[in-house]
Amino acid sequence: MYVAVKGGERAIANAHALLDHSRRGDHAVPEIAPKQIREQLALAVDRVMAEGSLYDRDLAALAIKQARGDLIEAIFLVRAFRTTLPRFGHGEPADTAAMQIRRRISATYKDLPGGQVLGPTFDYTHRLIDFALAAGAPVAEPAEAGEGEPADTPHVTALLDGEGLIERNPPQPSGRPVGDLTREPLAFPADRDLRLQNLARADEGFLLAMGYSTQRGYGRTHPFVGEIRFGEIEVEFVPEDLGFAVPLGRIQVTECEMVTQFKGTAETSPQFTRGYGLVFGQSERKAMSMALVDRALRAREFGEDVVAPAQDEEFVLSHSDNVQATGFVEHLKLPHYVDFQAELGLIRQLRREHADRAAAAGFTREAAE
Amino acid sequence: MSAALAAGFASPVHDAQAVFRCVMMAMARPGTVRRIAVPLDPPGCMQPAAAAAALALCDFETPVWLDEALSSHPHVREWLRFHTGAPVVAASRAAAFAFVADGRALPAFSTFALGTLDYPDRSVTAVVAVDALHEGMGWRLTGPGIPGETRFIAEGLPADMLDRLAGNRGLFPRGIDIVLVCGDRIAALPRTTIVEA
Amino acid sequence: MNAPTLTGYNFAYLDEQTKRMIRRAILKAIAIPGYQVPFASREMPMPYGWGTGGVQVTASVIGPQDVLKVIDQGSDDTTNAVSIRAFFARTAGVATTTATADATIIQTRHRIPEAPLTDGQILVYQVPIPEPLRFLEPRETETRTMHALEEYGLMHVKLYEDIARHGHIATTYAYPVRVAGRYLMDPSPTPKFDNPKMHMSPALQLFGAGREKRIYAVPPYTRVVSLDFEDHPFEVNRFDKPCALCGAHGVYLDEVVLDDRGGRMFVCSDTDHCGTRQEQGHRGDLSTPREGSAA
Repeated sequence: MYVAVKGGERAIANAHALLDHSRRGDHAVPEIAPKQIREQLALAVDRVMAEGSLYDRDLAALAIKQARGDLIEAIFLVRAFRTTLPRFGHGEPADTAAMQIRRRISATYKDLPGGQVLGPTFDYTHRLIDFALAAGAPVAEPAEAGEGEPADTPHVTALLDGEGLIERNPPQPSGRPVGDLTREPLAFPADRDLRLQNLARADEGFLLAMGYSTQRGYGRTHPFVGEIRFGEIEVEFVPEDLGFAVPLGRIQVTECEMVTQFKGTAETSPQFTRGYGLVFGQSERKAMSMALVDRALRAREFGEDVVAPAQDEEFVLSHSDNVQATGFVEHLKLPHYVDFQAELGLIRQLRREHADRAAAAGFTREAAE
Repeated sequence: MSAALAAGFASPVHDAQAVFRCVMMAMARPGTVRRIAVPLDPPGCMQPAAAAAALALCDFETPVWLDEALSSHPHVREWLRFHTGAPVVAASRAAAFAFVADGRALPAFSTFALGTLDYPDRSVTAVVAVDALHEGMGWRLTGPGIPGETRFIAEGLPADMLDRLAGNRGLFPRGIDIVLVCGDRIAALPRTTIVEA
Repeated sequence: MNAPTLTGYNFAYLDEQTKRMIRRAILKAIAIPGYQVPFASREMPMPYGWGTGGVQVTASVIGPQDVLKVIDQGSDDTTNAVSIRAFFARTAGVATTTATADATIIQTRHRIPEAPLTDGQILVYQVPIPEPLRFLEPRETETRTMHALEEYGLMHVKLYEDIARHGHIATTYAYPVRVAGRYLMDPSPTPKFDNPKMHMSPALQLFGAGREKRIYAVPPYTRVVSLDFEDHPFEVNRFDKPCALCGAHGVYLDEVVLDDRGGRMFVCSDTDHCGTRQEQGHRGDLSTPREGSAA
C-alpha cells in the first residue's frame, strides 16, 4: 500500500550529520585548522575573498574548511555572512600608485621607472609535481631587496598619459554617487562603476572564458598588458562625524591595466584605450580577464558594433555571478514533479491525437503506448 | 537627542512589522479603514498614524517631503531625521514619501514623482491627514482589492479631489498612491482605485 | 529590542533596513498589480533557486502573531518546504502549521492549495523567472519596453504557433495571465490547473524572485485572466481518475509509479487537502480500509 513520503525533517538532519562526518574525513589524519588554510592555501582564500566580496582572510579560510574546499560554496557562505553586516558607507578611492609592491610587471616596456619585479609567481615554474613537497621539505629563505628607499612606481598608463597617448579615465558621471549593486538592483544600461563592481565579484572561470573569447576574435580589443601589480594598499574611510579620512587598514590587491585598441576621429587625435581589472588578493588570471572584459563592454562608449558575447552587457553582467548561477542550475534537482505531471498529461494527449490522425489517414497505427 | 524630542517605536522590530502590515493591508483593500495599534506621540500636527508609517517605511534611502504645516514646526523634521535618518527634501518631485498634515491644501499630484512607463514604481507615496475616515458610506470605490464595489469617504480633502483621483487613474500604470490618516486610523487609495461620487 | 530567536541575527533573519526596502517594494507591487518591482535582493543563507525571493518577502511580512505554512509541490513535507519552515521557526519563532485554513501566511513553490483561501490570508510565491516574456525575448531592456507599451503580441504569437504545431496551446505550467486588465504576469511555475484560483482570490498574493531581484503582487479580489483565443479557450489540466487515497475529484494529482510494469496511481498533490478529506472519512480506490469504523 502506498504511503506518502514523510520525515523530511529527520532526513535533513541525518544528511547534515553525514556531511559533517564526511568533512572530517579519516580521523587518523590530523584535522586542518583555518589558519593552515589561510597561510598555505592563500590563493584559494584570495579567490573566496574576491568573489565573496568581503576582505577577511580568517573568515574565508573558515568558509573553505566548512565547504570542504568547494570554493563556490565557500564564496556563498561569505556572501551570506556579508549581507548581514551593517553598512557604514564606502571607502575613499584607493591609490594603487602608492601600492607597496610585491610584484609588478609590464609587457609594453622592457624596463620602466620602479623596475620589473617578478615576485611570487608560478609563471616560470616548470609544472612538474614536486614530490619532495609531500614530505614537507624545508623552504629556503627568499632573497631580500637591498636597503634604501623603495623606488617610485608610477603606473605605465600614467607614463603614456604624459605623452597624451592614452585616454584619460572617464570621470564618474557628476551628481551621482558611485553605484553599489548589492544595495540597488542592477538596471540596464549599466554605467562602468556598476559593471566593474559586477566583474570584480564575478566568477573567475566565467571571466576567463569571456576574456579568452575576445582574444579569439569575439570582440577583439588588441590588448597589451600595460601593467600588472600586486601588493598592499591602504584603505581609508571618512566617518560622517569626523569629516576627514582615517585609515581602516591595509589590503592586498592585484591590479591590471590593459592598453587596448586606439580610437580617434577627425577632431580628436588617436589614443589608446583602457581596460581595467582589480581584485582582492593575488589573482592575475582574474584581474587580466576582468580588464579584457571591461574593455569589451565599453563597446557602446566607443561606437563599436556589439556583436560578441563579451561585448553584450546584459549577457555578461546577468550571468557572471557564480552564487546566482550555481543556485539556479542546481535548483533543477529540487522536486519539479507537479510541472512534470502537467507536461506528461499534455504529451500523452498529443501522442494520442497524433495516433488517431495517423489511423484516420489510413496509415499503420503506431504502437499503442 | 534634544530633551524635547518625542520617542519613536517602543519595540522597533515588532512595531515596524505591525505598522507595515496595517499599511499593506490598507493598500491591498482600498477603502477599508484600519487602526494602527502602536501608540506614538509625534511632534506638531503630525498624526500618530502618519508618524507610524514614517517610522516603519522611511530611512536614509527615501527622500521625504513635508508640507508647510509640518515643515514649519521646529521638531517634526528633527524627529523624522533622528528616528529614520531620511533626508528631508525641499523639491517635492524628488520625494519617495510626502507627508501632508493639511489635507485641504494637498498640492497638485503633478508636483510629485509619478513614475515612468518603464518604472511606474518610481513614484511617490503620499501620507495625507484628513478630518475623518468613513467606511461604508460616501464615494463608490471599484478596482483591484475591492470585491464588487465598496463605499468610503474621507473628509478634509480639496473640493476637486475626485477629479484629481480620476486624473491619477487615467495615468495608470503611472500615478500617485495615497495613504489617508486620521489619528491612529488609516486607509489607502492606490492608483488602481476608481473613485466616483 | 526583542530577544532574537537565533543568536546574533535579527527577527526573521533580515536586518530592519532590508525589510523596509522590501516592504516599500511590496507596497508599490500592490499598487501596480502584476508589475515587477525591482528590489535589492539580498544574499540569503540558502541558495538562489531554493526560494530566496519568497523567503525575503515572507521575512518582511511576518510577525510574531502569524501562523506559517510552507509547501513545495503542494506538500508540507518535501525537504525544501521542511527546510524553509524550520528556518522561520528558528529565526522568527513563529507558529507553523500544515493546515491551509489555520495559516495566516502560506509560502509556496509550484502550487496553490486546493482549499479556497480566505480574506486576510497571504500567499507568497517563490518565483524563478518573473518575466513572462523572458523566453521569447531574453533582453530585459526589450521586455521592459514591451510592458511599458502594453505590447504583448509576441506572447499571443507564441501561443498561436503552439496551436498550429500541436493543435493545443502547449504551455502546461507558468501559463501567462493578464492582471487587472493591464500587466502580463508569470504566475510562477504553478500548473495552469491553478490559474483560475488566482482570479478574484480573497487572499493577497505576493511573488518574490530573489535571483532576478523582482517583487510583484496580485491584490485580493483582482481579475486574473489566462491568455487564450476565442477558438481555443483556456482549459485546465484534467485527470481521468479521482485521488486514489481520498477519492477527490477536480484536484491536482501526482502520478506515483508503483512498479516497472506500468503500475501507476494518482494521489492528491495537496497533502493537507488529502489528509483532511481522509480524516473526514473520504476514501479512494487504493486507501486502506477504515480502522474502527463505527458503521
